[in-house]
Amino acid sequence: MVNPGGLFDLDRPWRLDERVAVRPEPFGALLYHFGTRRLSFLKNQTMLAVVRSLGDHPSARAACAAAGVPPAGLPAYERGLATLAGSHMISPREAA
Amino acid sequence: MSTETLVELFEHGLDAPICLTWELTYACNLACVHCLSSSGRRDPGELSTAECKAVIDTLERMQVFYVNIGGGEPTVRPDFWELVDYATAHHVGVKFSTNGVRIDEAVARRLAASDYVDVQISLDGATAEVNDAVRGRGSHAMAIRAMEHLAAAGFRGFKISVVVTRQNAGQLDEFKALADRYGAQLRLTRLRPSGRGADVWDELHPTARQQRELYDWLCAHGEQVLTGDSFFHLAAYGEALPGLNMCGAGRVVCLIDPVGDVYACPFAIHENFLAGNVRAGGGFEAVWRDSALFAELRGPSAGGACGSCQFYDSCRGGCMAAKFFTGLPLDGPDPECVRGFGEQALAGQALAGADRTALPRPGLDHSHRGPVRGQARRGQAPRPVPVTIGRRPVPAPPDRACDINPLAGFAAGGTR
Repeated sequence: MVNPGGLFDLDRPWRLDERVAVRPEPFGALLYHFGTRRLSFLKNQTMLAVVRSLGDHPSARAACAAAGVPPAGLPAYERGLATLAGSHMISPREAA
Repeated sequence: MSTETLVELFEHGLDAPICLTWELTYACNLACVHCLSSSGRRDPGELSTAECKAVIDTLERMQVFYVNIGGGEPTVRPDFWELVDYATAHHVGVKFSTNGVRIDEAVARRLAASDYVDVQISLDGATAEVNDAVRGRGSHAMAIRAMEHLAAAGFRGFKISVVVTRQNAGQLDEFKALADRYGAQLRLTRLRPSGRGADVWDELHPTARQQRELYDWLCAHGEQVLTGDSFFHLAAYGEALPGLNMCGAGRVVCLIDPVGDVYACPFAIHENFLAGNVRAGGGFEAVWRDSALFAELRGPSAGGACGSCQFYDSCRGGCMAAKFFTGLPLDGPDPECVRGFGEQALAGQALAGADRTALPRPGLDHSHRGPVRGQARRGQAPRPVPVTIGRRPVPAPPDRACDINPLAGFAAGGTR
């Protein structure tokens, strides 16, 4: 989850919650969680690629790199992922 | 990340609505004086079970996450539960609004067992006295009974939905306490002069002072209390309330009515806001994507008379349905503009001696013709409210449909 410092743990494995539906839109995507009945937005296609591939990578950092997020851009994605974790859209996954 | 704000992106419209309101029937056991859809009697042309299922198939294909089902009273449709089950089996979540008439113990248990169904109980007074004056005798007790069944069945977080009026604006803390008692969430929405609401808006809409108190109360309660983004015209007081604070009509929301007509928003059942019908060739998908009306709504909008106001970026000129049905120009101030420009415009029309009968009327009226239990006969009803002010006459209706708000139960980045 989000650690006490408020930062997101980029180095552990994550996954999209199974109760979340993803709908691509021209600007990125809409996410809807059927359990919490909350809606979220992904503001661009890269973020969509990151979120969709979280489950295929050993860490969120690896998912970001694979989606082409440059090191300088990583903090923005880290904040976005922290928000998604805070609303339970994504959740920690046990390492394979 | 994108430099455009979400609101700017959403103004261009989405591939599918976020919030779709679907009124399943015009039939209702009640006869609320402010009913948005002038419901009462079933329409013989209402969509059949098979046609409703075809609409659900379309919504699944378009990935509409959930529908807000209303009416009329949707649960009086004999196929209501069949349609709810069909929708959830097809990955379309359901939130339905009800006066509680069919929520008995067994139904409550069944609802509590599903992640994909949410319930919204309508209540317009924390006390029977205030509620029943608007919704009919016995309707408060009926709603409370439904809430007790839901709470007993373990349904957490169902919604208690309140239309804020001059009579209940002083009961906000009581509504909140009621929601807390039943493990529910309070939802407050704006009274619109739509449907039969047009007949009682003058007497029921909150005063300017009540609006200010409501705004302060909403700010103090933040995301604990839902508003369906319906009070975005109050953003001109200062800090924006949680939500997108934009009119979503035809951009992120719309209405499918019981006969399959698609309107830009639930508060605008009028031919000026009619985009098409789901029975036509391409179904709902074609209406959403190709309607000329929706294309216009997704285009740029100028502020009109409000464009030079320093608060225009906050309130965006308010609710188009509220303007339309009070006879105000769509590019001018909302009738409840917090700076008082709407009241001035209405007063100006009265002074000019404009003809009240020229007010746009709702396109359809399914009101009960005879007496309804708990309600006085329509037309001779003792007004449920003591305050009576002069009727405002108005000029000819505007000729252009426009943005109306209701991101029903929706907040940016968060709750609905």
